[in-house]
Amino acid sequence: MNTLTICRKELQSYFRSPIAYTVIALWALIGGFFFYFGLSFFVQRSMESAMTGQAFPMNVNEWIVRPLLSNVNVVALFLIPMITMRLFAEEKRSGTIELLMTSPIRDVEIVLGKWLAAVALYSIMLVVSLLHMSILFRYGQPDWKPLAVGYLGLLLQGGCLLAIGTFVSTLTNNQIVAGAIGFAISLLLFVLNWVSEFGSSVTERVIGYLSVQSHFESFSKGVIDSKDLVFYATMTILGLFLTSRSLESVRWRA
Amino acid sequence: MIKVEGLTKRYARNIAVDNISFEVEKGQIVGFLGPNGAGKTTTMRVLTCFMPPTSGTASVAGYDVQENPMEVKRRIGYLPETPPLYPDMEVVEYLDFVGRIKGLSPADLPRRISEVSEKCEIADVQTKLIGKLSKGYRQRVGLAQAILHNPDVLILDEPTSGLDPHQIIETRNLIKGLAGEHTIILSTHILSEVEQICQKVIIIAKGKLVATDSVENLTSRLRGSETVAVEVIASDAAAVQARLEQVAGVSRVMHKETPRGTSGDDRLYFTVESLEGRHIRPGLARTVIEAGWNLNELHGMALSLEEIFLELTASSKPEAAKPEAKPDAGKTQESESK
Repeated sequence: MNTLTICRKELQSYFRSPIAYTVIALWALIGGFFFYFGLSFFVQRSMESAMTGQAFPMNVNEWIVRPLLSNVNVVALFLIPMITMRLFAEEKRSGTIELLMTSPIRDVEIVLGKWLAAVALYSIMLVVSLLHMSILFRYGQPDWKPLAVGYLGLLLQGGCLLAIGTFVSTLTNNQIVAGAIGFAISLLLFVLNWVSEFGSSVTERVIGYLSVQSHFESFSKGVIDSKDLVFYATMTILGLFLTSRSLESVRWRA
Repeated sequence: MIKVEGLTKRYARNIAVDNISFEVEKGQIVGFLGPNGAGKTTTMRVLTCFMPPTSGTASVAGYDVQENPMEVKRRIGYLPETPPLYPDMEVVEYLDFVGRIKGLSPADLPRRISEVSEKCEIADVQTKLIGKLSKGYRQRVGLAQAILHNPDVLILDEPTSGLDPHQIIETRNLIKGLAGEHTIILSTHILSEVEQICQKVIIIAKGKLVATDSVENLTSRLRGSETVAVEVIASDAAAVQARLEQVAGVSRVMHKETPRGTSGDDRLYFTVESLEGRHIRPGLARTVIEAGWNLNELHGMALSLEEIFLELTASSKPEAAKPEAKPDAGKTQESESK
């Protein structure tokens, strides 16, 4: 109940400020760019294969949806810190954190409410990008199941990075700092799988496993692996746990 | 209603609040008085469960702030120094949000919101964005937020700071109007505010409790003897002083030099102190008249809270509370005749 109250207030605040509109607009713009060139490339290739008479099987899912999901995933990486950076930093700066923390609600409810609002905004972004995908359905016959799995992957990875961003936002009362640190951590988590590409010792494999991107790959192929579900769930819970611990520390550090 | 025992709050390097104990009874308005940085806000933050004390205990309505924070929070309305407002919300949305997180049932909310809006005189700005309100309105929205869930205890951190004189008076009246239903602690560094609103005063300085008492008691406790300012028209100062010293109950008489430039007439100023518990004003008046001098003015000098405060906080030496810190010409303006 309290969680929903907080969530509603945060969502309202996203749409009262330019944040939601900016993020959604940038998302639609960049997503549209990738979609347009992905589609153009596909059209060109299929024309070529038609002219040369090759019966080269061209799959819309494989040629458009999959690369697009990876691209969109990278764009999300940039926008997620913008969504989370103000969540706690702004409350700390303006002093409204005192209102929340002296009200009869639990810290966990505050954390969950804010994170859910961020997830809700992110979901709205995903819905917007589905508009691009719907064009594919209008003119082609992509398989909807891998697409749905891909979006599930985007949502799970987003939820995980949003939880981490929320945590970072509790560390400072400066939004820019929260955004910058949030972005750095997200990016590192994203490319961590490079480590395991140069070696296969246990350490390197473990570090590689921590990469959010390596877990996204199977989703973009349309595969739901319980290993990846567990990873995202664990990371999200870890992020939210750290957030509530950090919020508690605001009390004795204030 | 509120009980604080041995409360200490230590930050990394400094002690913000050092072993403070006090009690506040139900329905009282208590002024929390101290210079900036004395530890007022820290104490309030402990009471509102915003931060835990380093040691010591505090309880509100019988609930300990550390063991039962939820129960304490339900019973406390808190207005921090900067009102905790969201500038991108409308007033009514904000109050709705606060009401919900304070645990009011959604069914009661509209009624409570219109009640407190009436009380805090913000009914006319209900649908305005908080960010567009003037400072005075924001303060009142902050106050409305604090009383919305009808808490037993109200904690107001410098409720009048940054307001213009007119708004200050309005806010003070508002607080006085809330007195019956709520127990109120308000912090301030403005002494006259305490004199006007509060029944009891808790003075702290540098994290230590300096005094806690009613305003009247504090005055009389510090000043068992009476000090009287006398203005006489006579030519011979020494003679007047000698006569005044002979009046029963007088402990000493001080002649104050007439300010240069205003002289030319024969006005003489004296400050007369009585022995403890003696009333000397009738005797002084009679003596002056009988001696054939003209009595221009005679009034008792009550110790203002400013003086109490200065004496209590200037040094911790016990003798600081007794004579030497003299009220002189400049201060007599503020004192009232009793």
